[in-house]
Amino acid sequence: MRAAARGMGNEKAMTTVTRKPNTYLEAYGELIAARQGRDPIWLRQLREDAWNRFSQSGFPTTQDEDWRFTNLAALGKTLFRRVAKDGVAVNARDIEKFRLAGSASLFVFVNGHFSPGLSEVKNLPKGLEVCSLERAIDCGMHGYAPEGCAPTGIEQHLSRYADDRRDAFVALNAALWEDGAYVRIRRGATIERPIHVMYVSAGGGAEIMTHPRTLVIAEEASQAAVIEDYVSLGGEAAFSNAVTELVGGEDAVVSHFLVERENLASFNVSTLRLEQARGANVASHSILMGGGLVRNNVHPVLNGEGAECLINGLFVGAGKQHLDNHMLVEHAQPLCSSRQFYNGILDGEAHGVFHGRIVVHKDAQKTDAKQTNRNLLLSDNARIDTKPQLEIHADDVKCTHGATIGQIEEEQLFYLRSRGFGEAEARNVLLYAFAAECLERMKEPAAREFVEGLIRERLAELGRSRMTSEVAAAKGDALSWEEVG
Amino acid sequence: MALLEIEDLRATVDGHEILKGLNLTVNAGEVHSIMGPNGSGKSTLAQVLARRETYEVTGGRILFDGKDLLEMKPEDAACEGLFMAFQYPVEIPGIGNAYFLRSAMNAIRKYHGQEELDAMDFLPLYKERLKLLEMDEKLMNRSVNEGFSGGEKKRNEILQLAMLEPKLAILDETDSGLDIDALRIVAQGVNAMRSPERAFLVITHYQRLLNYISPDFVHVLVDGRIARSGGPELALELEEKGYGWAEADASQTLPV
Repeated sequence: MRAAARGMGNEKAMTTVTRKPNTYLEAYGELIAARQGRDPIWLRQLREDAWNRFSQSGFPTTQDEDWRFTNLAALGKTLFRRVAKDGVAVNARDIEKFRLAGSASLFVFVNGHFSPGLSEVKNLPKGLEVCSLERAIDCGMHGYAPEGCAPTGIEQHLSRYADDRRDAFVALNAALWEDGAYVRIRRGATIERPIHVMYVSAGGGAEIMTHPRTLVIAEEASQAAVIEDYVSLGGEAAFSNAVTELVGGEDAVVSHFLVERENLASFNVSTLRLEQARGANVASHSILMGGGLVRNNVHPVLNGEGAECLINGLFVGAGKQHLDNHMLVEHAQPLCSSRQFYNGILDGEAHGVFHGRIVVHKDAQKTDAKQTNRNLLLSDNARIDTKPQLEIHADDVKCTHGATIGQIEEEQLFYLRSRGFGEAEARNVLLYAFAAECLERMKEPAAREFVEGLIRERLAELGRSRMTSEVAAAKGDALSWEEVG
Repeated sequence: MALLEIEDLRATVDGHEILKGLNLTVNAGEVHSIMGPNGSGKSTLAQVLARRETYEVTGGRILFDGKDLLEMKPEDAACEGLFMAFQYPVEIPGIGNAYFLRSAMNAIRKYHGQEELDAMDFLPLYKERLKLLEMDEKLMNRSVNEGFSGGEKKRNEILQLAMLEPKLAILDETDSGLDIDALRIVAQGVNAMRSPERAFLVITHYQRLLNYISPDFVHVLVDGRIARSGGPELALELEEKGYGWAEADASQTLPV
């Protein structure tokens, strides 16, 4: 039944693809030509297999259970093009406002290509190696190491975890990725300041696509935080289809931050695949503020005894934003614990989705898994679909889940007002407090401060646009959120 | 001029009339205790004074320091110097106690055109008041009332009272559910705040809090009206004879 439904969906997607210019096929052709003689055989094979899978499946439809609440029709209609290296010029001033103070290194990719001029990847702390993935591959082929970097483990890890057989977007990325960050934290090293990886979409008026690929290898007992940050310059639509594989070695302590703050016309699909060895302690923090249609896939596999995983997220949507969070937590070994906390704030006609699936494999006894999704709806037209899903094959486990949907509590509002807070201020304070719950779970001060700033900025924006739309409504103008925001 | 003048106050909740013509006058420097059985309207009175919108005032008037209280929003009443210690203090996860209190103090200062307090001005006072309420300094950075025990929540209310220094403090059954130790600490906080400029309205079901906070006047609220008024001895009499006595008497006694 399910397979039949999926097959029908695929046919539809195929028809859409063949009727118009296929920009994905064009991009694939260009890329294969550009990488001629540069990609090693294993990588050529990976790309080819992935391309074949994507061209067979096409994009999923709402018939697919995993995409029930997210309609990709608008994505299919737009003709996104690949941009060649240096196709659009971006200077340091353009990205200044996106920078994070006090990062250990800054990686900037513009339209999917590494920009050495905008990046700061020198004078790295001991034990940290960073390099552009393209460069790492090229060096591997030619037997020399880029400055300060001896890329290892790429063939061993790249595309070994993110599964392109069951996910069309992962397949598309595996076929079309051109560059991205390669980060390796050596055994036992502690990197105190966050590693900032910024993916910039700058179409210069054109609708562009990128397929950023990130590989983070945290070796045994290492510690680090990586911030993966999506920003856009200009207002045109872009499609970012990112895949990140993060390998947490034994007893490694790693935090990953996903920050989505692209413009409201953008499409962003990201897949974070976490592979955790024994005792690895990995945190994923997703902060979704921007983007028009966003799909945030987080997929940890707790693949060694005693591994711990924290999945922490905040999504704030307004206007017609669609923010879809898709969690798949796999407990593959005994004595692991996972914690999911996602808070959503939705205003205007925004639509949020939280799909949290926990799979406990047969041998994963003494699993301790918990999932909480809390949502605040600020308008009558905002919508949230929240769906927990437990699949338990072991018999000695503790799994709990809970979801709430509500408005700002009158009791709390009155309490604040009775102490002198004005009504609007009290509302803002409560909204901030709800959003800021995610901050308490972030251990790295610099990263936490950075996210705190983003939250304040976004909520202030939300407050301003609410006021503008109230004024507009009072005047009887029928302005949509995009127009006033 | 009295600090608080309530005349013929009538209020309804969900269409039911709870206050049915209540009269009360409180002068600065006085401590009044309102006692009464469950459902007599004690908490409704507190909520109306704090300007909770779910309580509808259908008649009468209230002057607070000469101004029409019924025209005020909750935040205006707070800024004018009215404070209610909640019967059930609300937990506000994500907002630290110190931040909350300093913001409240600054909202009130701003209302009066005074300069805002910075952390340097605020902290010494806060620490001193924490000591008065025998509260741990660690509470400063914890979220407002989150994970507090019942006693800690009530102490936190009195701590806020001590920081905000209102003209009129209403204690809405602050004593209910408190053990003897917490009760003593709460009373100690209240007594430290007594002054000729400040008045208290202590709403309680039981007499025991009044052993620690000796009121100047005791009023018995029955069925939405003040049935009897007297001195502290009235509380003792009530404790002995029970509310049935006051209720039976209500029809013959004129409100004060």
